[in-house]
Amino acid sequence: MKTLLFVNTRPPHGSVKAQEGLDALLMGSAFAECSALYLGDGILQLLDGQDTTQTDQKNFSLTFGALRDYGVDQVFCSKTQLDDKGLEPSDLVINVAALADRDIAALFSSHDVVLNF
Amino acid sequence: MKFAIVVHGAPYSDQAPLSALSFARAVLAEGHEIYRVFFYQDGVHTGNRAITPPQDEVNIQRLWSELATDNHIELIVCIASALRRGVLDQTEADRYEKSCASLDPAFTISGLGQLIDAGLNADRLVTFGC
Repeated sequence: MKTLLFVNTRPPHGSVKAQEGLDALLMGSAFAECSALYLGDGILQLLDGQDTTQTDQKNFSLTFGALRDYGVDQVFCSKTQLDDKGLEPSDLVINVAALADRDIAALFSSHDVVLNF
Repeated sequence: MKFAIVVHGAPYSDQAPLSALSFARAVLAEGHEIYRVFFYQDGVHTGNRAITPPQDEVNIQRLWSELATDNHIELIVCIASALRRGVLDQTEADRYEKSCASLDPAFTISGLGQLIDAGLNADRLVTFGC
């Protein structure tokens, strides 16, 4: 069975793109072994304590907690970019492995299919 | 080789549907197969048959529909993305009691599973638009 890597680079709000990326990941997990990688502003999707009550947008960050139930336990982000944003792994809503840049390159090559969101 | 093509960008707002169309033509011209074209996110607008560009611009929806009809290519729009953007076939228009359907018949509404299936079964999956 092929392995899928979902790469997420969009900030959580401002468009529905990040939410639709997570939807695709959840669907993928029903069919195949899936990993998720968060890069750039995509890391902000994982930020704990988001409040969208005043923007009429769905707080889909609550859904990340369900990833483990869907069998997605390989969730990664860039350590460099996490540091750039002044964030720690403990600021994120789920457990995320912060990878060095060379390990991110290896992550891409270890998966059969890459889907960008 | 079997190619799956994914389109994320909206027609006219974004180059993605036209770049994907050029790529699809090149794939066929080289003798390869297109497993499926999956329109996701703003890409679902590509199937909107109400698209009416000025006369000196191409009709991107029509170009895709013609390519698909001539070459028997499956064009899928994601149902969740399409419904929230008002792209509905007659079945969905009836179901949600909307006064009109907007999806061109060359396109089919289906689920995200078709995207995953394309990733698993095509030799290459190529995404247009971010």
